[in-house]
Amino acid sequence: MQVNGEFRPLIVAFCCNWCSYAGADLAGTNRLNYPADVKIIRVPCSCRVNPMFVLRAFQRGADGVILCGCHPGDCHYTSGNYFTRRRMTLLFSMLDYFGIEKERTRVEWVSAAEGAKFAKTMNEFVEAVTKLGENKRLEDLRCKK
Amino acid sequence: MQEVIDTAKRLLSDGTVNRVAGWKAGEFPYDVTPAVFTTVEEIDNGFIYNDFCAPNLSKYLIKESHKEGKILVFLKPCDTYSFNQLLKEHRILRENVYIVGVPCTGKVDIGTVRAMGIKGITDMESDGENVTIHTLYGDKVVPKTETLGDKCRTCKSKKHVIYDELIGEDGEVNNDGARFELVEKLEKMTPDERFEFWRGELSKCIRCNACRNVCPACSCENCVFDNPGSGIQQRAATDSFEENMFHLIRSFHVAGRCTDCGECTRVCPQNIPLHLINRKYIKDINVFYGEYQAGEDVMSRAPLNAYTFTDCEPGIVYERGGNE
Amino acid sequence: MMFRLPINELDGFFAKIAAGRRLYLPVDQNDGTSAFAEWSEGTKMSENLNTLRSAKSFFFPQVTNLCDFNVKDKEIEVIDNRADSEDFAVFGVRGCDARAFTILDKVFLVDPIDSYYATRREHGVIITLACTMPEEHCFCNVFGIDATSPEGDVTTWKTDSYLYLNANTEKGEAFIAGIKDILEECAADEVEAQRAKTKEIMAKLPFANVSTEYFEKNTLLDIFNSEKWEKLSEACIACGTCTFVCPTCQCYDIKDFDTGHGVKRYRTWDSCMYADFTKMAAANSRNSQMQRFRQRFMHKLVYFPDNNNGEFGCVGCGRCLTRCPISMNIVKVIKTFGEE
Repeated sequence: MQVNGEFRPLIVAFCCNWCSYAGADLAGTNRLNYPADVKIIRVPCSCRVNPMFVLRAFQRGADGVILCGCHPGDCHYTSGNYFTRRRMTLLFSMLDYFGIEKERTRVEWVSAAEGAKFAKTMNEFVEAVTKLGENKRLEDLRCKK
Repeated sequence: MQEVIDTAKRLLSDGTVNRVAGWKAGEFPYDVTPAVFTTVEEIDNGFIYNDFCAPNLSKYLIKESHKEGKILVFLKPCDTYSFNQLLKEHRILRENVYIVGVPCTGKVDIGTVRAMGIKGITDMESDGENVTIHTLYGDKVVPKTETLGDKCRTCKSKKHVIYDELIGEDGEVNNDGARFELVEKLEKMTPDERFEFWRGELSKCIRCNACRNVCPACSCENCVFDNPGSGIQQRAATDSFEENMFHLIRSFHVAGRCTDCGECTRVCPQNIPLHLINRKYIKDINVFYGEYQAGEDVMSRAPLNAYTFTDCEPGIVYERGGNE
Repeated sequence: MMFRLPINELDGFFAKIAAGRRLYLPVDQNDGTSAFAEWSEGTKMSENLNTLRSAKSFFFPQVTNLCDFNVKDKEIEVIDNRADSEDFAVFGVRGCDARAFTILDKVFLVDPIDSYYATRREHGVIITLACTMPEEHCFCNVFGIDATSPEGDVTTWKTDSYLYLNANTEKGEAFIAGIKDILEECAADEVEAQRAKTKEIMAKLPFANVSTEYFEKNTLLDIFNSEKWEKLSEACIACGTCTFVCPTCQCYDIKDFDTGHGVKRYRTWDSCMYADFTKMAAANSRNSQMQRFRQRFMHKLVYFPDNNNGEFGCVGCGRCLTRCPISMNIVKVIKTFGEE
């Protein structure tokens, strides 16, 4: 998206309800800055994120997609994030295989106590995606305005 | 192969089975159709097993094994992996199936022969070494190895992993890794080259669903791509996104369950090398989570249904790099 | 009137056509097959007999955006986004595909006329190319098509030394008039010789004597109720390959795509082989694969002829014969019924 002649990426962040969403909250209450380009979607568990969600986000105009969940071992549902880990590893590897920039996708484990890590992760990710520019390889022209 | 026909007749006559799933001769020696035979006469009038019987019969057993009585099915080594995988997923009733393993030395693919520029093919014979091709414009003899389809050129196994009876000697699993050569070649390209490669291939897709419908791993009663409520039932090669999305999601749905039977590539009317997508998943699973061959057994957990505490992080994808 | 130009001036001929309109012709792909593509300087025409997909996409593309909607409060704005169609020419269409256009015309150009199809049809010139090397899966002669002298606005014949042209329609005459300066008038001797030679080959094709008599003599209900459909359809995997490569299959579905800021209404090829084809609120009217399989062949061999003075809905291009994953096809259906 171009804002005042400057490219601003649209980032979709899937955050698990129990750790990362609370982590984002903590970043907020601690008044830690992270770019407003990040749109958070709360999911019950990072494991809820199906590869279709990631692709759909890109289709609908996202320039980067990040998944945040509890640290391995801390999943509210015991093992959800272990499955996420395998799935996203394979999905990201496949996106890379299709020639889609791997820096556009990321998984980070953020606990409810890690507000600072949440803000830092988002800052870094936004910066990385800004460098890549607009998502051209997984875009859907029909969805462009 | 006479032995195969004799076995079919014997098991049908002695009442072991009441139907036989096999291959039926077509208009030409190479256009065989899967078929179910119920009488010895029917078998005499069209059952064949030769170097052109490529179709994998295991998926038909989802329907057939739920019918009355026992069915005899002939499975080639690679087909037995598909059968096992379906068994593992409780899609086939084992007690209603009698499996006879048939030997296979690779199947001639008519698409490969046509791609050589051979036109007007009216007849083909294979003696196991060479294929004699009769055409409207003269005859040609080609070594059989050159006529094999993608699925057979890098055969993963000549061993039957499940059977009740075997015809001929059982073979060995082939672990030379040759089937990943093209995947590795793609991995070594730059992302731009890979993107161009897949755009070129996938833009040919006409969304006919042949790959999905033939795939033994795609056995859902109602596919997500046929579900109007899913929001992705567009069924149109409307946009590069749709083409990418369909193949990304379809291959992901069979990741860890795909036995690499190669039927998707064989049936693709647009000749898209779809097996290269599935093989990438197989290769990644082997590298990240240890060697795994879907369909090798009926007990082990599929890689995406399992985890260990020490699995690699998704970030490994960036670290691997080396192909920028 | 027959015209010709030396074969080594073919590129100049293409350039001349492409100067006034877009020109499409069959080109080789990386897998030994060919597909229609736009001509530009240096494009080489394929030597293949036929393209993998038929030429119907020029008039009836797989996806057509019909219109867009903008929804604002309670107002719905309908946007007709049709651009002015451009003139185009398709070179190298074979006799089977050319006949397929007349079949499609009977569907799309009867009342109510499909304006999307009609516009494309008006703007397109079809330049056909006579076959010289038919293949084993060809059976166009069964449907009375002469592949050695195909229909189309302009018919062409390629020999070792010349490209011969002959206009069949007003549009074709206008087309030839436009490029007359590079053509010369000539006799048709060489063309006739080529046709005779090709016809000799055609008489020897494996399907040269396939008879459709059964479908002309028996009643719709007898064929519909035949027990043979069960066996024929048994191995069908319900992919839509045959319908998508078929030059005469014309079923489509109209769908809406929500773009997030509006709606795109588009038409896309559909296939009677699919379980959700013509699905209504209650269910599908044909709920087994046998019924769906039967529908396709009944349409081509019975329903269409019944409504169109006996003309079959098949042109014998043989694409379904070469592409079907399980090698079940219309020839096997015709022959199975004819066996009685």
